[in-house]
Amino acid sequence: MAIQSPTVDIAAALVRPTVASASRGYWPSVGRRLRRDPVTLICAGVLLLVVLSSIAAPLLGLADPYKTSMIRRLYPLGSPSHLLGTDELGRDMFARLIYGGRLSLFMGVMPVLCALLIGGALGITAGFVGGKVNMAIMRVMDVFYAFPSVLLAISLSGAMGAGTENTLLSLTLVFIPPICRVSESVTTQVRGFDFVDAARASGASALTIVRVHVLGNVLGPILVYATSLISVAIILAAGLSFLGLGVKPPEPEWGLMLNTLRQAIYVNPVLAALPGVMIFITSICFNLMSDGLRAAMDVKA
Amino acid sequence: MDSLLPLEDRGGPAQPLLLATGLRKHFPVAGGLLGRSRKVVRAVDDLSLSVAKGETLGVVGESGCGKSTVARLLIRLIKPDRGTMVLDGDPVDEPHGITVNELRRQVQMVFQDSYASLNPRLTIAETLAFAPKAHGLPAAEARARVRDLLDKVGLDPANYAERYPHELSGGQRQRVNIARALALRPRLVILDEAVSALDKSVEAQVLNMLVDLKTELGLTYIFISHDLNVVQYLSDRVLVMYLGKIVELGSVEAIYGNPQHPYTRALLSARPSMDPRRRTKEAPIQGDPPNPIDPPSGCRFRTRCPFAEDVCTRVEPPLADIGTQAVACHMRVVGSGHSKAATP
Repeated sequence: MAIQSPTVDIAAALVRPTVASASRGYWPSVGRRLRRDPVTLICAGVLLLVVLSSIAAPLLGLADPYKTSMIRRLYPLGSPSHLLGTDELGRDMFARLIYGGRLSLFMGVMPVLCALLIGGALGITAGFVGGKVNMAIMRVMDVFYAFPSVLLAISLSGAMGAGTENTLLSLTLVFIPPICRVSESVTTQVRGFDFVDAARASGASALTIVRVHVLGNVLGPILVYATSLISVAIILAAGLSFLGLGVKPPEPEWGLMLNTLRQAIYVNPVLAALPGVMIFITSICFNLMSDGLRAAMDVKA
Repeated sequence: MDSLLPLEDRGGPAQPLLLATGLRKHFPVAGGLLGRSRKVVRAVDDLSLSVAKGETLGVVGESGCGKSTVARLLIRLIKPDRGTMVLDGDPVDEPHGITVNELRRQVQMVFQDSYASLNPRLTIAETLAFAPKAHGLPAAEARARVRDLLDKVGLDPANYAERYPHELSGGQRQRVNIARALALRPRLVILDEAVSALDKSVEAQVLNMLVDLKTELGLTYIFISHDLNVVQYLSDRVLVMYLGKIVELGSVEAIYGNPQHPYTRALLSARPSMDPRRRTKEAPIQGDPPNPIDPPSGCRFRTRCPFAEDVCTRVEPPLADIGTQAVACHMRVVGSGHSKAATP
């Protein structure tokens, strides 16, 4: 009997040989490839840690990030009461770095998200409709493209004045053109496939075709590109704060901290570099993760 | 709710199912100042055809002669520059006729590339249900229709409905494409090189299935192919195209048994012979078709025609009915001025 049972299994497998592998969709296969990519997994883990700690910052029992102390200024790293030292006004660096992540990450993600909605919609419209509409949308984008992104962000923020909302607005405007261009090019590519023609020949409305046939095929590449922009957004936002065009003191924000600690660079260079290290780690993790995502999704279904 | 029943025949069997008159499509050539240019590719030039109910019209011709453009014009994937279409008595896209959407409900198309014509992100069931759902069929009915369609094309619904296109072979994918074309219960199916990419044994299976489906569902086919043998097997009438124009049109017996146009003869003699003793020794026609941007004056075939004369350069030959078939050649028109033509 013990010998016969495998035979039965084989017979059953022969009758319906393919049912087991029937539900291998696109996303499960992307997930499978991602699980085999340690770099992407580590980066995602680090990002998760940074994001969660900044969201949960008030619950972590940290020192007050706004509490100044004239006698405890510029403590070095590893001081007993202040693990990462104190800044030029005697505020706890560790708490400020964690709290600073809230604004910095927000400034990294929100503009990209807004630009993704606006630029993605514009790009998909331009790519799908084509012709004169494409021409109108893409040439307007080209006008924005004529300015270097840093210059555009600085001049917009400079014109509107410092502040979180204005930074958000100017960064969104900076990111709409590149996202729009990527969306347009992938949509144009997908639109050329016969299955879109077949869908048109079925008499479905343009909106239905975009929803069912186009979005599923273009969203992946657009999202990957947007992820790579998050690091740029963090750096740009930090740069704006550094120039005094972004977040205003005493709010903790990595770029702003980098600016205010500038004077301490000869006294305690390691301390002064800490916000920069945070910016570096976060943005490189976003970059590597978007690389990994792209590699995992870059397959013929 | 409209449950997408098969459409009734309206004009009776004698009325052509599809009548296209003077279809013309010129594609502007990109380039020139600001993308504007006067040059055009004359893909389809004043082409008229009619398809009778229940017949299979074969369309043959070299690559680039406008076969696929004709298919896309007939289903209105591209808008013709000129010309009218009448579907079973109803003018298409005209004030008192039917809309393009109503045309697409009755005329469907199977594409050549079985892979590119299926959305890689959708399962077979989702692909097949798309058109019926877009026409307002409730989800439950759409699911039943998907099962029915897969059964019709010889794929087990339990096994294939939830699969993705990349898990299927070329033949299976093309069956799915055929099922998709049948999803709206059309009356006319345009098969644009539908079996050309399949290997011979699979091709034969799919062809037989097409023949069966035609009788079962009372379909009419326009079968576009460059494979003359397949067209001969499947068609009732054959249309030969050259550079966007009809050169010969007639019953399959007339075209294959007694071809009148030099181009049709050349095409037929270019067929590889099954008999090694009757091997084709030299190419029946030389060179490539001329550039459709600037086609030859008069008869478009004259640059490659062994019988070309002065009149062929000056006058464009009309598609003349010579009894068994219609042919566009000066040699077959009485009093055309060609030395081989009969004098009146």
